[in-house]
Amino acid sequence: MNPIKISTRGLTFFYGEQQVLFGNDLDIAQGKVTAIIGPSGCGKSTHIRVYNRIYELYRDQKAGGQVLIDGVNILADGEDLIELRRRVGMIFQKPTPFPMTVYDNVAYGLKMHYKLSRSEMRDRVEEALKQAALWDEVKDELSRPGMALSGGQQQRLCIARAIAVEPEVLLMDEPTSAIDPVATARIEELIESFKGRYTVAIVTHNMQQAARISDYTAFFFEGKIVEFSSTEKIFTNPNEKKTEDYITGRFG
Amino acid sequence: MTAIRKKNSGTSRSDLVYRVVAVGAAALVLILMAGLMLELIVNSGPSILKFGVGFLGSTSWNPVTEEFGALSSIFGTLVSTVIAMIIAVPLSLLIALFLVELAPPAISRPVGYAIELLAAVPSIIFGMWGLFVFAPFMADHVQPALKNTLGFLPLFDGPPMGIGMLTSGIILALMVLPFITAVMRDVFRMVPPVVKEASYGMGSTTWEVTRKVTVKYGFSGLLGAVFLGLGRAVGETMAVTFVIGNNHNVSSSLFAAGNSIASTLANEFTEASEPMYLSSLVELGLVLFVMTLLIQIAAQLWIRRVAKKAGGGL
Repeated sequence: MNPIKISTRGLTFFYGEQQVLFGNDLDIAQGKVTAIIGPSGCGKSTHIRVYNRIYELYRDQKAGGQVLIDGVNILADGEDLIELRRRVGMIFQKPTPFPMTVYDNVAYGLKMHYKLSRSEMRDRVEEALKQAALWDEVKDELSRPGMALSGGQQQRLCIARAIAVEPEVLLMDEPTSAIDPVATARIEELIESFKGRYTVAIVTHNMQQAARISDYTAFFFEGKIVEFSSTEKIFTNPNEKKTEDYITGRFG
Repeated sequence: MTAIRKKNSGTSRSDLVYRVVAVGAAALVLILMAGLMLELIVNSGPSILKFGVGFLGSTSWNPVTEEFGALSSIFGTLVSTVIAMIIAVPLSLLIALFLVELAPPAISRPVGYAIELLAAVPSIIFGMWGLFVFAPFMADHVQPALKNTLGFLPLFDGPPMGIGMLTSGIILALMVLPFITAVMRDVFRMVPPVVKEASYGMGSTTWEVTRKVTVKYGFSGLLGAVFLGLGRAVGETMAVTFVIGNNHNVSSSLFAAGNSIASTLANEFTEASEPMYLSSLVELGLVLFVMTLLIQIAAQLWIRRVAKKAGGGL
Protein backbone atom coordinates (compact mmCIF):
# COMPACT_ATOMS: atom_id res chain seq x y z
CA MET A 1 0.00 0.00 0.00
CA ASN A 2 1.06 3.57 -0.73
CA PRO A 3 2.09 5.95 2.05
CA ILE A 4 -0.89 6.98 4.16
CA LYS A 5 -2.18 10.51 3.82
CA ILE A 6 -5.15 10.45 6.18
CA SER A 7 -5.36 8.11 9.09
CA THR A 8 -8.57 7.99 11.08
CA ARG A 9 -8.55 6.40 14.52
CA GLY A 10 -11.61 5.74 16.65
CA LEU A 11 -13.70 8.40 14.93
CA THR A 12 -17.10 8.94 16.51
CA PHE A 13 -19.75 11.44 15.50
CA PHE A 14 -22.87 12.82 17.09
CA TYR A 15 -25.82 14.82 15.78
CA GLY A 16 -26.97 16.18 19.11
CA GLU A 17 -27.57 13.08 21.24
CA GLN A 18 -27.69 10.69 18.33
CA GLN A 19 -24.49 8.83 17.56
CA VAL A 20 -23.94 8.10 13.86
CA LEU A 21 -20.28 7.01 13.63
CA PHE A 22 -18.89 4.33 15.89
CA GLY A 23 -15.12 4.15 16.17
CA ASN A 24 -14.12 4.34 12.50
CA ASP A 25 -10.53 3.37 11.68
CA LEU A 26 -9.57 4.11 8.08
CA ASP A 27 -6.33 4.76 6.18
CA ILE A 28 -6.50 6.82 3.00
CA ALA A 29 -3.54 6.29 0.72
CA GLN A 30 -1.63 9.21 -0.71
CA GLY A 31 -2.29 9.95 -4.38
CA LYS A 32 -4.94 7.26 -4.67
CA VAL A 33 -8.71 7.30 -5.01
CA THR A 34 -10.54 5.81 -2.07
CA ALA A 35 -14.26 5.19 -2.48
CA ILE A 36 -16.67 5.10 0.41
CA ILE A 37 -19.80 3.11 -0.27
CA GLY A 38 -22.78 1.98 1.75
CA PRO A 39 -26.54 2.37 2.02
CA SER A 40 -28.20 5.75 2.68
CA GLY A 41 -27.74 6.97 6.22
CA CYS A 42 -24.73 4.76 6.94
CA GLY A 43 -22.58 7.77 7.81
CA LYS A 44 -20.32 7.87 4.76
CA SER A 45 -20.86 11.58 4.02
CA THR A 46 -20.63 12.38 7.71
CA HIS A 47 -17.28 10.58 7.81
CA ILE A 48 -15.59 12.68 5.13
CA ARG A 49 -17.15 15.88 6.44
CA VAL A 50 -14.87 15.46 9.44
CA TYR A 51 -11.72 15.65 7.29
CA ASN A 52 -12.09 19.39 6.67
CA ARG A 53 -14.08 20.03 9.85
CA ILE A 54 -16.92 21.52 7.82
CA TYR A 55 -19.42 19.91 10.23
CA GLU A 56 -18.40 22.51 12.81
CA LEU A 57 -20.62 25.07 11.10
CA TYR A 58 -23.49 23.35 12.90
CA ARG A 59 -23.64 23.76 16.62
CA ASP A 60 -25.09 20.38 17.51
CA GLN A 61 -22.57 18.28 15.57
CA LYS A 62 -19.60 16.82 17.44
CA ALA A 63 -16.75 14.53 16.40
CA GLY A 64 -14.50 12.47 18.66
CA GLY A 65 -11.38 10.37 18.09
CA GLN A 66 -8.52 11.33 15.83
CA VAL A 67 -8.02 12.24 12.19
CA LEU A 68 -4.32 12.39 11.36
CA ILE A 69 -3.34 14.15 8.14
CA ASP A 70 0.39 13.68 7.53
CA GLY A 71 0.55 12.47 11.12
CA VAL A 72 -1.01 15.57 12.67
CA ASN A 73 -4.39 15.33 14.41
CA ILE A 74 -6.55 17.92 12.68
CA LEU A 75 -9.28 17.56 15.30
CA ALA A 76 -6.98 19.04 17.92
CA ASP A 77 -7.63 22.53 19.27
CA GLY A 78 -5.58 25.20 17.59
CA GLU A 79 -5.73 23.63 14.13
CA ASP A 80 -5.76 26.43 11.53
CA LEU A 81 -9.10 25.78 9.80
CA ILE A 82 -8.43 28.16 6.95
CA GLU A 83 -5.18 26.43 6.03
CA LEU A 84 -6.76 23.00 6.63
CA ARG A 85 -9.52 23.80 4.17
CA ARG A 86 -7.03 25.02 1.60
CA ARG A 87 -5.20 21.69 1.91
CA VAL A 88 -8.41 19.64 1.95
CA GLY A 89 -10.83 20.75 -0.76
CA MET A 90 -14.45 19.65 -0.96
CA ILE A 91 -16.86 18.98 -3.82
CA PHE A 92 -20.55 18.64 -3.02
CA GLN A 93 -23.45 16.64 -4.35
CA LYS A 94 -25.04 19.64 -6.01
CA PRO A 95 -22.75 21.98 -7.94
CA THR A 96 -22.16 25.10 -5.86
CA PRO A 97 -20.95 27.86 -8.16
CA PHE A 98 -20.82 31.20 -6.39
CA PRO A 99 -22.89 34.11 -7.77
CA MET A 100 -20.03 35.60 -9.74
CA THR A 101 -18.29 35.13 -13.07
CA VAL A 102 -16.57 31.91 -14.15
CA TYR A 103 -13.21 33.63 -13.71
CA ASP A 104 -14.03 34.97 -10.24
CA ASN A 105 -15.28 31.56 -9.14
CA VAL A 106 -11.90 30.02 -9.87
CA ALA A 107 -10.01 33.02 -8.51
CA TYR A 108 -12.10 32.96 -5.32
CA GLY A 109 -9.75 30.83 -3.24
CA LEU A 110 -6.60 32.15 -4.92
CA LYS A 111 -7.46 35.68 -3.80
CA MET A 112 -7.90 34.51 -0.23
CA HIS A 113 -4.85 32.33 0.13
CA TYR A 114 -2.21 33.90 -2.10
CA LYS A 115 -0.90 37.30 -3.02
CA LEU A 116 -0.68 37.15 -6.79
CA SER A 117 -0.15 39.69 -9.52
CA ARG A 118 -2.85 40.03 -12.13
CA SER A 119 -0.99 37.96 -14.72
CA GLU A 120 -0.03 35.26 -12.22
CA MET A 121 -3.69 35.10 -11.21
CA ARG A 122 -4.75 34.70 -14.84
CA ASP A 123 -2.25 31.90 -15.34
CA ARG A 124 -3.35 30.07 -12.22
CA VAL A 125 -7.03 30.36 -13.19
CA GLU A 126 -6.27 29.05 -16.67
CA GLU A 127 -4.18 26.20 -15.26
CA ALA A 128 -6.94 25.16 -12.84
CA LEU A 129 -9.59 25.26 -15.57
CA LYS A 130 -7.34 23.15 -17.81
CA GLN A 131 -6.79 20.60 -15.04
CA ALA A 132 -10.54 20.45 -14.57
CA ALA A 133 -10.98 19.88 -18.33
CA LEU A 134 -13.18 22.94 -18.61
CA TRP A 135 -10.84 25.47 -20.20
CA ASP A 136 -11.72 24.74 -23.83
CA GLU A 137 -15.43 25.15 -23.12
CA VAL A 138 -15.25 28.40 -21.16
CA LYS A 139 -12.12 30.19 -22.32
CA ASP A 140 -14.16 32.67 -24.35
CA GLU A 141 -16.77 33.25 -21.68
CA LEU A 142 -14.81 33.75 -18.51
CA SER A 143 -16.92 36.77 -17.66
CA ARG A 144 -20.20 34.89 -17.85
CA PRO A 145 -21.93 34.09 -14.57
CA GLY A 146 -20.82 30.70 -13.21
CA MET A 147 -24.44 29.82 -12.56
CA ALA A 148 -25.24 30.09 -16.27
CA LEU A 149 -23.13 27.03 -17.11
CA SER A 150 -24.69 23.58 -17.50
CA GLY A 151 -24.86 21.29 -14.47
CA GLY A 152 -21.85 19.21 -15.47
CA GLN A 153 -19.83 22.31 -16.32
CA GLN A 154 -20.78 23.85 -12.98
CA GLN A 155 -19.46 20.79 -11.18
CA ARG A 156 -16.17 20.95 -13.10
CA LEU A 157 -16.04 24.67 -12.29
CA CYS A 158 -16.29 23.76 -8.60
CA ILE A 159 -13.50 21.24 -9.08
CA ALA A 160 -11.38 23.89 -10.78
CA ARG A 161 -12.10 26.26 -7.91
CA ALA A 162 -11.02 23.63 -5.41
CA ILE A 163 -7.79 22.61 -7.17
CA ALA A 164 -6.78 26.21 -7.93
CA VAL A 165 -5.50 26.59 -4.36
CA GLU A 166 -3.30 23.51 -4.74
CA PRO A 167 -4.93 21.24 -2.19
CA GLU A 168 -3.41 17.92 -1.16
CA VAL A 169 -6.71 16.14 -0.59
CA LEU A 170 -10.03 16.34 -2.46
CA LEU A 171 -13.18 15.21 -0.69
CA MET A 172 -16.04 14.42 -3.03
CA ASP A 173 -19.49 13.89 -1.61
CA GLU A 174 -21.48 12.09 -4.33
CA PRO A 175 -20.17 14.53 -6.94
CA THR A 176 -22.08 13.04 -9.86
CA SER A 177 -25.44 12.19 -8.35
CA ALA A 178 -27.05 15.42 -9.59
CA ILE A 179 -25.72 15.41 -13.16
CA ASP A 180 -26.37 13.47 -16.35
CA PRO A 181 -24.47 10.31 -17.47
CA VAL A 182 -22.30 12.03 -20.09
CA ALA A 183 -21.20 14.71 -17.65
CA THR A 184 -20.67 11.99 -15.07
CA ALA A 185 -18.29 10.16 -17.40
CA ARG A 186 -16.26 13.34 -17.88
CA ILE A 187 -15.94 13.84 -14.14
CA GLU A 188 -14.91 10.23 -13.68
CA GLU A 189 -12.15 10.73 -16.29
CA LEU A 190 -11.12 13.81 -14.40
CA ILE A 191 -10.86 11.90 -11.13
CA GLU A 192 -8.74 9.26 -12.88
CA SER A 193 -6.42 12.00 -14.06
CA PHE A 194 -5.99 13.22 -10.47
CA LYS A 195 -4.33 9.96 -9.39
CA GLY A 196 -0.81 10.52 -8.18
CA ARG A 197 -1.41 14.21 -7.82
CA TYR A 198 -4.19 14.50 -5.29
CA THR A 199 -5.43 12.18 -2.60
CA VAL A 200 -9.12 11.65 -3.36
CA ALA A 201 -11.81 10.40 -0.99
CA ILE A 202 -15.10 9.97 -2.82
CA VAL A 203 -18.47 9.06 -1.35
CA THR A 204 -20.68 7.41 -3.90
CA HIS A 205 -24.03 5.70 -4.16
CA ASN A 206 -23.04 4.24 -7.45
CA MET A 207 -21.16 0.96 -7.03
CA GLN A 208 -20.11 0.78 -10.68
CA GLN A 209 -18.55 4.20 -10.22
CA ALA A 210 -16.61 3.02 -7.18
CA ALA A 211 -15.48 -0.08 -9.08
CA ARG A 212 -14.43 1.97 -12.14
CA ILE A 213 -12.43 4.77 -10.58
CA SER A 214 -11.23 3.83 -7.10
CA ASP A 215 -8.12 2.02 -5.90
CA TYR A 216 -9.47 1.27 -2.44
CA THR A 217 -13.00 0.90 -1.19
CA ALA A 218 -14.47 1.16 2.29
CA PHE A 219 -17.89 -0.30 2.93
CA PHE A 220 -19.85 1.50 5.63
CA PHE A 221 -22.88 0.11 7.41
CA GLU A 222 -24.75 1.73 10.27
CA GLY A 223 -21.88 4.01 11.17
CA LYS A 224 -19.23 1.30 11.22
CA ILE A 225 -16.64 0.31 8.63
CA VAL A 226 -17.55 -3.27 7.76
CA GLU A 227 -14.75 -3.84 5.31
CA PHE A 228 -11.89 -1.88 3.81
CA SER A 229 -9.63 -3.25 1.12
CA SER A 230 -8.46 -2.80 -2.44
CA THR A 231 -11.38 -2.11 -4.75
CA GLU A 232 -10.65 -5.25 -6.69
CA LYS A 233 -10.91 -7.42 -3.61
CA ILE A 234 -14.07 -5.75 -2.33
CA PHE A 235 -15.87 -6.23 -5.63
CA THR A 236 -14.63 -9.71 -6.49
CA ASN A 237 -13.91 -11.52 -3.28
CA PRO A 238 -15.05 -9.67 -0.16
CA ASN A 239 -14.32 -11.15 3.25
CA GLU A 240 -17.58 -10.15 4.84
CA LYS A 241 -20.99 -11.58 4.02
CA LYS A 242 -22.53 -8.13 4.53
CA THR A 243 -20.24 -6.56 1.91
CA GLU A 244 -21.11 -9.24 -0.59
CA ASP A 245 -24.84 -8.79 0.04
CA TYR A 246 -24.53 -5.05 -0.52
CA ILE A 247 -22.46 -5.14 -3.71
CA THR A 248 -24.66 -7.81 -5.21
CA GLY A 249 -27.68 -5.64 -4.54
CA ARG A 250 -29.33 -7.81 -1.92
CA PHE A 251 -30.02 -4.77 0.26
CA GLY A 252 -29.37 -1.01 0.43
CA MET B 1 -75.33 8.19 -18.60
CA THR B 2 -77.66 11.01 -17.76
CA ALA B 3 -76.18 11.25 -14.33
CA ILE B 4 -72.71 11.66 -15.78
CA ARG B 5 -73.79 14.25 -18.31
CA LYS B 6 -75.54 16.22 -15.61
CA LYS B 7 -72.46 16.18 -13.50
CA ASN B 8 -70.30 17.33 -16.42
CA SER B 9 -72.54 20.21 -17.35
CA GLY B 10 -72.71 21.20 -13.69
CA THR B 11 -68.93 21.28 -13.58
CA SER B 12 -68.63 23.45 -16.66
CA ARG B 13 -71.18 25.91 -15.29
CA SER B 14 -69.30 26.22 -12.02
CA ASP B 15 -66.11 26.54 -14.04
CA LEU B 16 -67.62 29.46 -15.90
CA VAL B 17 -68.69 31.18 -12.70
CA TYR B 18 -65.26 30.59 -11.20
CA ARG B 19 -63.59 32.05 -14.26
CA VAL B 20 -65.77 35.14 -14.41
CA VAL B 21 -65.31 35.84 -10.70
CA ALA B 22 -61.53 35.36 -10.86
CA VAL B 23 -61.13 37.53 -13.96
CA GLY B 24 -63.38 40.15 -12.39
CA ALA B 25 -61.33 40.21 -9.20
CA ALA B 26 -58.12 40.62 -11.18
CA ALA B 27 -59.65 43.29 -13.40
CA LEU B 28 -60.73 45.20 -10.30
CA VAL B 29 -57.08 45.93 -9.53
CA LEU B 30 -56.52 47.50 -12.93
CA ILE B 31 -59.80 49.40 -12.83
CA LEU B 32 -58.98 50.74 -9.38
CA MET B 33 -55.55 51.84 -10.49
CA ALA B 34 -56.81 53.55 -13.64
CA GLY B 35 -59.71 55.13 -11.73
CA LEU B 36 -57.42 56.55 -9.09
CA MET B 37 -55.10 58.01 -11.69
CA LEU B 38 -57.98 59.47 -13.68
CA GLU B 39 -59.61 61.01 -10.63
CA LEU B 40 -56.35 62.59 -9.53
CA ILE B 41 -55.76 64.07 -12.97
CA VAL B 42 -59.30 65.40 -13.37
CA ASN B 43 -59.37 66.98 -9.93
CA SER B 44 -55.98 68.57 -10.30
CA GLY B 45 -57.10 70.02 -13.67
CA PRO B 46 -57.51 73.65 -12.54
CA SER B 47 -54.09 73.62 -10.91
CA ILE B 48 -52.43 71.94 -13.89
CA LEU B 49 -54.00 74.49 -16.25
CA LYS B 50 -52.99 77.45 -14.13
CA PHE B 51 -49.43 76.52 -13.14
CA GLY B 52 -48.40 74.06 -15.87
CA VAL B 53 -45.02 72.40 -15.52
CA GLY B 54 -43.92 75.32 -13.35
CA PHE B 55 -45.84 73.67 -10.50
CA LEU B 56 -43.03 71.18 -10.11
CA GLY B 57 -40.30 73.83 -9.99
CA SER B 58 -41.87 76.47 -7.79
CA THR B 59 -41.33 76.79 -4.06
CA SER B 60 -44.14 79.26 -3.45
CA TRP B 61 -47.06 77.98 -1.41
CA ASN B 62 -49.39 80.83 -0.65
CA PRO B 63 -53.07 80.12 -0.04
CA VAL B 64 -53.85 83.85 0.18
CA THR B 65 -52.54 84.78 -3.26
CA GLU B 66 -53.31 81.27 -4.53
CA GLU B 67 -49.78 80.70 -5.80
CA PHE B 68 -48.82 77.05 -5.40
CA GLY B 69 -45.72 74.98 -6.25
CA ALA B 70 -44.64 71.48 -5.33
CA LEU B 71 -40.87 71.88 -5.12
CA SER B 72 -40.54 72.25 -1.34
CA SER B 73 -42.78 69.22 -0.80
CA ILE B 74 -40.93 67.09 -3.36
CA PHE B 75 -37.63 68.22 -1.86
CA GLY B 76 -38.77 67.37 1.67
CA THR B 77 -40.09 63.98 0.60
CA LEU B 78 -36.84 63.09 -1.13
CA VAL B 79 -34.53 64.40 1.58
CA SER B 80 -36.35 62.73 4.46
CA THR B 81 -36.50 59.49 2.48
CA VAL B 82 -32.81 59.60 1.60
CA ILE B 83 -31.86 60.20 5.24
CA ALA B 84 -34.10 57.32 6.26
CA MET B 85 -32.56 54.94 3.72
CA ILE B 86 -28.99 55.94 4.55
CA ILE B 87 -29.65 54.99 8.16
CA ALA B 88 -32.05 52.06 7.73
CA VAL B 89 -30.41 50.04 4.94
CA PRO B 90 -27.00 49.36 6.52
CA LEU B 91 -28.59 48.81 9.93
CA SER B 92 -31.13 46.36 8.53
CA LEU B 93 -28.41 44.53 6.64
CA LEU B 94 -26.37 44.12 9.81
CA ILE B 95 -29.34 43.05 11.92
CA ALA B 96 -30.48 40.52 9.31
CA LEU B 97 -26.98 39.09 8.95
CA PHE B 98 -26.61 38.87 12.70
CA LEU B 99 -29.93 37.06 13.06
CA VAL B 100 -29.20 34.52 10.34
CA GLU B 101 -25.44 34.03 10.41
CA LEU B 102 -24.24 34.76 13.91
CA ALA B 103 -26.92 34.65 16.58
CA PRO B 104 -27.80 31.39 18.32
CA PRO B 105 -31.51 30.50 18.09
CA ALA B 106 -32.01 31.58 21.72
CA ILE B 107 -31.26 35.14 20.63
CA SER B 108 -32.35 35.26 17.01
CA ARG B 109 -35.89 34.05 17.77
CA PRO B 110 -36.90 36.68 20.32
CA VAL B 111 -35.16 39.45 18.38
CA GLY B 112 -36.95 38.26 15.23
CA TYR B 113 -40.32 38.46 16.99
CA ALA B 114 -39.47 41.91 18.34
CA ILE B 115 -38.74 43.12 14.82
CA GLU B 116 -42.04 41.80 13.56
CA LEU B 117 -43.81 43.51 16.46
CA LEU B 118 -42.01 46.74 15.69
CA ALA B 119 -43.34 46.56 12.15
CA ALA B 120 -46.86 46.41 13.57
CA VAL B 121 -46.58 49.60 15.67
CA PRO B 122 -49.01 52.17 14.20
CA SER B 123 -47.24 55.12 12.62
CA ILE B 124 -49.11 57.62 14.81
CA ILE B 125 -47.27 56.13 17.80
CA PHE B 126 -43.95 56.80 16.11
CA GLY B 127 -45.14 60.34 15.40
CA MET B 128 -46.13 61.04 18.99
CA TRP B 129 -42.98 59.51 20.36
CA GLY B 130 -41.00 61.50 17.80
CA LEU B 131 -42.60 64.79 18.78
CA PHE B 132 -42.69 64.41 22.55
CA VAL B 133 -39.60 62.34 23.28
CA PHE B 134 -37.25 62.17 20.34
CA ALA B 135 -37.44 65.77 19.07
CA PRO B 136 -36.51 67.29 22.46
CA PHE B 137 -33.67 64.77 22.71
CA MET B 138 -32.47 65.83 19.25
CA ALA B 139 -32.68 69.50 20.22
CA ASP B 140 -30.85 69.08 23.51
CA HIS B 141 -28.16 66.56 22.60
CA VAL B 142 -27.82 65.36 19.02
CA GLN B 143 -28.19 68.57 17.06
CA PRO B 144 -25.86 70.66 19.29
CA ALA B 145 -23.26 67.91 19.08
CA LEU B 146 -23.54 67.73 15.28
CA LYS B 147 -23.38 71.49 15.07
CA ASN B 148 -20.25 71.65 17.21
CA THR B 149 -18.42 68.98 15.23
CA LEU B 150 -19.75 69.27 11.67
CA GLY B 151 -21.26 72.76 11.86
CA PHE B 152 -18.95 74.02 9.10
CA LEU B 153 -21.11 72.05 6.66
CA PRO B 154 -24.30 73.86 5.65
CA LEU B 155 -26.11 70.58 6.30
CA PHE B 156 -25.63 70.91 10.03
CA ASP B 157 -26.02 74.64 10.37
CA GLY B 158 -28.94 76.48 11.91
CA PRO B 159 -30.86 76.52 15.17
CA PRO B 160 -31.35 73.10 16.85
CA MET B 161 -35.13 73.05 17.07
CA GLY B 162 -35.57 69.34 17.42
CA ILE B 163 -38.18 68.94 14.73
CA GLY B 164 -37.18 69.17 11.06
CA MET B 165 -35.74 67.15 8.18
CA LEU B 166 -33.14 65.21 10.13
CA THR B 167 -35.54 64.19 12.88
CA SER B 168 -38.19 63.04 10.44
CA GLY B 169 -35.55 61.15 8.45
CA ILE B 170 -34.47 59.30 11.58
CA ILE B 171 -38.05 58.53 12.62
CA LEU B 172 -38.73 57.26 9.11
CA ALA B 173 -35.62 55.11 9.34
CA LEU B 174 -36.91 53.51 12.54
CA MET B 175 -40.25 52.88 10.88
CA VAL B 176 -38.96 51.19 7.73
CA LEU B 177 -36.16 49.33 9.51
CA PRO B 178 -38.32 46.39 10.66
CA PHE B 179 -39.73 45.88 7.16
CA ILE B 180 -36.37 45.92 5.45
CA THR B 181 -34.83 43.74 8.15
CA ALA B 182 -37.59 41.14 8.00
CA VAL B 183 -37.34 40.77 4.22
CA MET B 184 -33.53 40.71 4.26
CA ARG B 185 -33.58 38.06 6.97
CA ASP B 186 -35.85 35.90 4.82
CA VAL B 187 -33.54 36.40 1.85
CA PHE B 188 -30.50 35.29 3.84
CA ARG B 189 -32.39 32.29 5.14
CA MET B 190 -33.05 31.19 1.58
CA VAL B 191 -29.38 31.05 0.62
CA PRO B 192 -28.75 27.28 0.40
CA PRO B 193 -26.56 26.02 3.26
CA VAL B 194 -24.47 24.00 0.79
CA VAL B 195 -23.36 27.18 -1.00
CA LYS B 196 -22.17 28.61 2.30
CA GLU B 197 -20.51 25.28 3.11
CA ALA B 198 -18.71 25.42 -0.22
CA SER B 199 -17.43 28.86 0.64
CA TYR B 200 -16.32 27.85 4.14
CA GLY B 201 -14.84 24.75 2.53
CA MET B 202 -12.55 26.98 0.45
CA GLY B 203 -11.11 28.36 3.68
CA SER B 204 -13.23 31.51 3.97
CA THR B 205 -13.88 33.24 7.25
CA THR B 206 -17.46 34.02 8.26
CA TRP B 207 -16.97 37.60 7.12
CA GLU B 208 -15.70 36.48 3.71
CA VAL B 209 -18.56 34.03 3.26
CA THR B 210 -21.04 36.75 4.11
CA ARG B 211 -19.52 39.48 2.02
CA LYS B 212 -18.51 37.51 -1.06
CA VAL B 213 -21.17 34.82 -1.24
CA THR B 214 -24.24 35.25 0.95
CA VAL B 215 -24.86 38.92 0.13
CA LYS B 216 -24.15 38.41 -3.56
CA TYR B 217 -26.36 35.35 -3.71
CA GLY B 218 -29.30 37.24 -2.30
CA PHE B 219 -28.52 40.58 -3.92
CA SER B 220 -31.67 40.97 -5.99
CA GLY B 221 -33.76 39.97 -2.97
CA LEU B 222 -31.93 42.53 -0.87
CA LEU B 223 -32.62 45.19 -3.47
CA GLY B 224 -36.28 44.24 -3.32
CA ALA B 225 -36.20 44.74 0.45
CA VAL B 226 -34.63 48.17 0.04
CA PHE B 227 -37.25 49.27 -2.45
CA LEU B 228 -40.03 47.98 -0.23
CA GLY B 229 -38.69 50.22 2.52
CA LEU B 230 -38.24 53.10 0.10
CA GLY B 231 -41.82 52.83 -1.08
CA ARG B 232 -43.05 53.01 2.49
CA ALA B 233 -40.78 55.89 3.42
CA VAL B 234 -41.86 58.02 0.46
CA GLY B 235 -45.54 57.82 1.32
CA GLU B 236 -45.35 57.71 5.12
CA THR B 237 -47.67 60.38 6.46
CA MET B 238 -48.55 60.52 10.13
CA ALA B 239 -45.16 60.22 11.79
CA VAL B 240 -43.59 62.67 9.39
CA THR B 241 -46.38 65.20 9.80
CA PHE B 242 -45.68 65.24 13.54
CA VAL B 243 -41.97 65.96 13.35
CA ILE B 244 -41.10 67.58 10.02
CA GLY B 245 -42.19 71.10 11.00
CA ASN B 246 -44.59 71.78 8.14
CA ASN B 247 -42.86 74.69 6.56
CA HIS B 248 -42.83 75.33 2.78
CA ASN B 249 -39.15 76.12 2.55
CA VAL B 250 -36.21 74.59 0.79
CA SER B 251 -33.23 74.82 3.08
CA SER B 252 -29.74 73.42 2.87
CA SER B 253 -29.84 72.69 6.59
CA LEU B 254 -31.11 69.35 7.80
CA PHE B 255 -32.14 71.04 11.05
CA ALA B 256 -34.63 73.27 9.24
CA ALA B 257 -38.33 72.56 9.27
CA GLY B 258 -39.76 71.41 5.96
CA ASN B 259 -42.67 69.44 4.58
CA SER B 260 -43.24 66.30 2.60
CA ILE B 261 -46.01 65.71 0.09
CA ALA B 262 -47.82 63.36 2.42
CA SER B 263 -47.49 65.64 5.45
CA THR B 264 -48.79 68.64 3.51
CA LEU B 265 -51.80 66.69 2.30
CA ALA B 266 -52.59 65.51 5.80
CA ASN B 267 -52.18 68.95 7.29
CA GLU B 268 -53.88 71.16 4.78
CA PHE B 269 -56.79 69.28 3.27
CA THR B 270 -59.15 70.42 6.01
CA GLU B 271 -58.15 74.06 5.52
CA ALA B 272 -58.40 74.05 1.75
CA SER B 273 -61.64 75.92 1.14
CA GLU B 274 -60.74 77.54 -2.17
CA PRO B 275 -61.04 75.35 -5.30
CA MET B 276 -57.55 76.28 -6.52
CA TYR B 277 -56.01 75.38 -3.14
CA LEU B 278 -57.80 72.02 -3.17
CA SER B 279 -56.84 71.35 -6.76
CA SER B 280 -53.19 72.07 -6.00
CA LEU B 281 -53.26 69.63 -3.12
CA VAL B 282 -54.74 66.97 -5.40
CA GLU B 283 -52.00 67.65 -7.92
CA LEU B 284 -49.49 67.20 -5.11
CA GLY B 285 -51.08 63.81 -4.51
CA LEU B 286 -50.74 63.05 -8.22
CA VAL B 287 -47.03 63.89 -8.02
CA LEU B 288 -46.61 61.47 -5.10
CA PHE B 289 -48.51 58.77 -6.98
CA VAL B 290 -46.28 59.17 -10.05
CA MET B 291 -43.12 59.27 -7.91
CA THR B 292 -44.06 56.01 -6.22
CA LEU B 293 -44.86 54.46 -9.58
CA LEU B 294 -41.51 55.51 -11.04
CA ILE B 295 -39.65 54.12 -8.03
CA GLN B 296 -41.42 50.78 -8.43
CA ILE B 297 -40.65 50.62 -12.15
CA ALA B 298 -37.00 51.51 -11.58
CA ALA B 299 -36.82 48.88 -8.85
CA GLN B 300 -38.24 46.17 -11.09
CA LEU B 301 -35.87 47.01 -13.94
CA TRP B 302 -32.84 47.10 -11.68
CA ILE B 303 -33.72 43.87 -9.90
CA ARG B 304 -34.26 42.12 -13.21
CA ARG B 305 -30.91 43.30 -14.53
CA VAL B 306 -29.09 42.19 -11.39
CA ALA B 307 -30.75 38.78 -11.46
CA LYS B 308 -29.78 38.33 -15.09
CA LYS B 309 -26.18 39.34 -14.42
CA ALA B 310 -25.86 36.83 -11.58
CA GLY B 311 -27.37 34.12 -13.78
CA GLY B 312 -29.24 32.70 -10.81
CA GLY B 313 -29.55 33.16 -7.08
CA LEU B 314 -32.56 34.62 -5.33
